[in-house]
Amino acid sequence: MSVLVYTESWDGKFRKSTFEAVSYANETAKLLGTDLVALSLGEVSNDELNKLGNYGAAKVISASDINKGDGQAATAVIADQANDANAIVFSNTYTAKMIAPRLSAKLKIGAISNVIEVATSTTPLTVKRKAFSSKAIEIATVNSEKAIISIAPNSFGLIETGGSLTIETSDTSEKGGITIEGQETASGKISISEAEIVVSGGRGLKGPENWRMIEELAELLVAATACSKPVADIGWRPHAEHVGQTGKAVAADLYIAIGISGAIQHLAGVNSSKVMVAINTDPEAPFFKAADYGIVGDAFEVVPKLIEEIKKIR
Amino acid sequence: MNIVVCISSVPDTTAKINFTDNGSKFDANGVQFVINPYDEFGLTKAMMLKEATGGKVTVITVGDITVEPVMRKSLAIGADAAVRINMNATDSYSTAREIANYLINNPADIIITGRESIDYNGGAVGGMIAEMMNLPFVNACNGLEISGNTAKLTREIDGGKENITSELPFVIGGQKGLVLESELRIPNMRGIMQARSKPLEVFESSSIEGLTSSVNFEKPVEKEACKLVDADNVAELVNLLQNEAKVI
Repeated sequence: MSVLVYTESWDGKFRKSTFEAVSYANETAKLLGTDLVALSLGEVSNDELNKLGNYGAAKVISASDINKGDGQAATAVIADQANDANAIVFSNTYTAKMIAPRLSAKLKIGAISNVIEVATSTTPLTVKRKAFSSKAIEIATVNSEKAIISIAPNSFGLIETGGSLTIETSDTSEKGGITIEGQETASGKISISEAEIVVSGGRGLKGPENWRMIEELAELLVAATACSKPVADIGWRPHAEHVGQTGKAVAADLYIAIGISGAIQHLAGVNSSKVMVAINTDPEAPFFKAADYGIVGDAFEVVPKLIEEIKKIR
Repeated sequence: MNIVVCISSVPDTTAKINFTDNGSKFDANGVQFVINPYDEFGLTKAMMLKEATGGKVTVITVGDITVEPVMRKSLAIGADAAVRINMNATDSYSTAREIANYLINNPADIIITGRESIDYNGGAVGGMIAEMMNLPFVNACNGLEISGNTAKLTREIDGGKENITSELPFVIGGQKGLVLESELRIPNMRGIMQARSKPLEVFESSSIEGLTSSVNFEKPVEKEACKLVDADNVAELVNLLQNEAKVI
């Protein structure tokens, strides 16, 4: 028996969320007393695959002909490798959200998403997960013998083991019912879901011409830029930057909200962040109830000072 | 064209989240229920597709009688018919299985779910329906254009979008971008009156065993009060972030 972890790559590279899934899967493998096997889809170099060993994978199966965006094909390949697995672990990425439910239905294995801790019991497998937009923690179990677990990114962390692994290749070339025509991605920008720090601006910034200081702060902090819903709706910033309930979810180490009042819909999408900072002229802004640190003040005065102070330590 | 939109009745975002029965059950007392926001984008998109090409929009849900106001609201927005599978939806697999069973007997060209519901945040029903029916599934779908029997779709990926083509039928997990927030439809008086006479069919569930169970719920640990730093002392904020929170 084994634990199988899906190790997602982007343009041939793994990310922190991938290593976090491997770390989580390794803890689960220890609990179950089994080995950890990783499964990688798409072209990934051996050097990159070897990095998975450092987080506890004993073996990686690399299926380089499979496009992860083709959910039917990806599910079929993972299902083929899942015969021996007691548990299959994903990081809750866009792609995993497409594959894990399919796999659950195909293999009739219970799937639990948004998981934040290693299993508290293995008979049956019991885990804690976020629900109600992080306003509650649900304790959930699977009714099947095996389990599919998708962990919430940035909830578990990394555990290095210093181990090494063996690489096996799979030449399966499954094809599902869709054709992927291509991708459009903003190059040179840090994506919101990948970023450890997110700097976000709201209507308090008064106009799109004032975003230069937000971008400067973000560059200094190696952060992604984001915005509130009204800002995207009036077209000051692209919709892809909208974070909150109907936009992107943020689970960063640090979320800095500048000129954002903190409507409940906004907070629902960002409150998984570990530390939140609010900068707002209105001392009654609801964000101050949710934030860890705050400054009541004018963003046009505070942010330039913040940039100066951060330059001193960077 | 037959479009089926899966609707989830969820507590309004501003609702207080509390639990009863030793934390095992959501406390619906005094809570306002709404159409799941992600499903609302899909429903509006379905209306637009129907208006462009003709056809029928059916909304379907799995739930007990308490979810019917939300189904009536979906009819008031413009859906032609509503279906309710009479079962307390507690697990994604059994919910998906019930909907897939309905769809096998009532085939659809496009099946629209939301990318997740804002209550349990499982995000699994759409993908499961697709697998059960052996159909393509495009999740976090933020663009959909139909031309004849072919669709051009986009899905959100990290840092951008992916362009996809697919033949009908398929399943999507919809979100903002399918339609704009400003395009979302609100029921008008005429719609509300018409909704009263539109069909809302109820089917008994086939009592499928779920694959997961909910044990109970906990409230997250309350955050400490916000530490306010004076606007003239921004250096102190940087110091706290660096040395106390250790995040920069």
